[in-house]
Amino acid sequence: MKHLFFGGLHPAGRKELSSNAQLDTAFQPKTVAIAMQQHIGAPCTPLVQVGDLVKKGQKIGDGQGLCVPVHASVSGKVIAVEPRRHPSGRDILSVVIENDGLDTPDTTLVPHPDYSGLDVDTLLAIIREAGVVGHGGAAFPSNMKALTSLGKIDTLIANACECEPYITADDILLRTSPEQVLEGMRIVTKILNPDRVVLAIEDNKPKAVEALKQTLAGKDDVEIQVLPTRYPQGAEKQLIQAVTGRQIPPGQLPSSVQCAVFNAATFYAVYRAVCLGQPVTERIVTVTGEAVKNPKNFLCRIGTSYQELIEAAGGLTEDVWKVICGGPMMGFAQDDLSVVTIKGTNSVLCLAQFRNQEKENPLCIRCGRCVQVCPMHLQPLYLYRYRDNTAELNRYYVMDCIECGCCAYTCPGKLPLVEVIRKGKSKVREAAGK
Amino acid sequence: MNLTVSSSPHVRGNDSTRRIMRDVNIALLPALIFGIAHFGIRAGVVTIVSIAAAVITELAANRFLFRDHRELDGSAVVTGMLLAMTLPATVPYWVAAFGSVFAILVVKAFCGGLGQNAFNPALAARALLVLLFPTSMVRYAAVNGFFGGMDAVTAATPLHHMVMPALPEQSLLDMFLGNIPGSIGEVSALALLLGGAYLVWRKVISLRIPVAYLGTVAVLTLVFHKTDDAFGWMLYSLLGGGVILGAIFMATDYATSPVTPKGQILYGIGCGALTVLFRYFGLFPEGVTYAILIMNALSWAMDRWTAPVRFGSKGGAV
Repeated sequence: MKHLFFGGLHPAGRKELSSNAQLDTAFQPKTVAIAMQQHIGAPCTPLVQVGDLVKKGQKIGDGQGLCVPVHASVSGKVIAVEPRRHPSGRDILSVVIENDGLDTPDTTLVPHPDYSGLDVDTLLAIIREAGVVGHGGAAFPSNMKALTSLGKIDTLIANACECEPYITADDILLRTSPEQVLEGMRIVTKILNPDRVVLAIEDNKPKAVEALKQTLAGKDDVEIQVLPTRYPQGAEKQLIQAVTGRQIPPGQLPSSVQCAVFNAATFYAVYRAVCLGQPVTERIVTVTGEAVKNPKNFLCRIGTSYQELIEAAGGLTEDVWKVICGGPMMGFAQDDLSVVTIKGTNSVLCLAQFRNQEKENPLCIRCGRCVQVCPMHLQPLYLYRYRDNTAELNRYYVMDCIECGCCAYTCPGKLPLVEVIRKGKSKVREAAGK
Repeated sequence: MNLTVSSSPHVRGNDSTRRIMRDVNIALLPALIFGIAHFGIRAGVVTIVSIAAAVITELAANRFLFRDHRELDGSAVVTGMLLAMTLPATVPYWVAAFGSVFAILVVKAFCGGLGQNAFNPALAARALLVLLFPTSMVRYAAVNGFFGGMDAVTAATPLHHMVMPALPEQSLLDMFLGNIPGSIGEVSALALLLGGAYLVWRKVISLRIPVAYLGTVAVLTLVFHKTDDAFGWMLYSLLGGGVILGAIFMATDYATSPVTPKGQILYGIGCGALTVLFRYFGLFPEGVTYAILIMNALSWAMDRWTAPVRFGSKGGAV
């Protein structure tokens, strides 16, 4: 089948490791550490102190500006307010709660099963108060994305591509809760009033497609677009191109081409916020990889440590090599298992030592494969070659790179392309700042 | 527990430089085996000498020049084999060895080694050998078969006939199969095309450069035919000399050809046009070597001229 964006490739999917196991909804962590920064923007200030008793869903941090609140994901006692390890690799101020296992609910947020009478401002306020951020990884506050798209878009896209290998969180979500995701899309449709509402999914998730189609049962307010599987189709720019044929101009937002894209799991969070009055306290996390004994998906409380999650999945094998937050193509390798899940965490990936890794002395043979796979139409070999020359880096549009990893994946010389290009981008940023 | 922390991506494809070089060597085998069967065992010895000299020079360069723990990756074998295939089977062994040393040391290593050389090492070496040892380079052995012993008499290749201009005496079928005089690895179009098909199937090369190259030669020789039989002239032009060897194995050399799709097509057209130009107006009957070398010099510039259209620059909304 013809692919709908330039470049890309087919890394080994490995989704079968976790896609057939039951979703574990019973798992309860002993403690959670709720990071005060789980989104792009300003951090939250803690609203509780050590010794406070908190309920599940209680707001425990909030802030001003581009900021949404964070909530207790369990009920129990606050035992610490201190910096804890965050998936970004930094230590971030966190509220640590000892789980009493009772899930005593906080009822501040009001459920609106019938939201037809609510106006746009009210809906946006509910989404903000529930702490909804993009669940795909970048974690941009969803109310702000909706607000900045108001009146500018004609196409609303739910991203259910999940094009990274190994991860099955969105797949499981759509198989278990298709109705809720579609309802979330209808809520955002009410806010943004687009002409076209599309749920984009890759053809490697037939069960989810089937569940969605059955749920729609002939209704046509949401279009299910099944795309031929190809990485990085779930990248925002590539997805918009695949669905609408439009290319976002350099440095612009999706609204510049009249599109808004939210992750499928984000729509689920919107549904929970509006219809159930539930803030973001849990999400599906895939714990997978060759180096974990029983790969599976958890309905996981925000703030659970990787240590506890991995133990619940049977623990690590002897040959563990990397533990990654996110997928194998774009995820972040972690050095400490005390790191906790945040709203954007879709996967804890435990990899065993792979062959085909970095060489001691990588050499470019100019085979051009990186040019053929780059979905941003770049020439990665020249970004590598001119890595110390900001003028040349700009000339080859280094800032357009989305760091999808296709070039490095395909490179026969095993050049550390993404790493070098990322450094090149910071050099260009520094030079521009001077 | 020791967790590794390094940059994404955390998985890599199976492709490697070594695998690519192995595939090129495999793809050269049909033409090489045909050449040995056709010209006799001496052709095989020339090839072995050429490869051995290339590999030893590469080892020496890695040891004394680069000192950054480079390993043999098979590229020197490719260079040695390619050079031998452009030589007549009668060439003195030391000439082949000299060519290989020049190719690896001067053309490749002095430019920075693998991937850094501006010119195709095998072709640059061939160009030098033609300049220094013209008599050794144009004395083509007559066809005498495996173990047939080397004939002192030299045979005129089909291209020599075409200079007159006249169609060669050999049939088109003999031209296609390779039953003609010529360099060790250039005579059998069939064997070369088999190797080319293997490279395309293994995705080592794309069709862009070979098709653009051969297509340009075909069109130009058809339009500017020198005998009454225009179509025959075109076919003999394609099958005679080293144009198929050049189009499939030389012009597609990664280091010395463009990486952009458009650049590759332009480059192939340039190679084809210069080949015909040199054959028609040059000193020698053949023009492939110099055509590709000149286009080599333009490769990096062509990458700039043909850079992919920037994502999103063609306007956003439909």
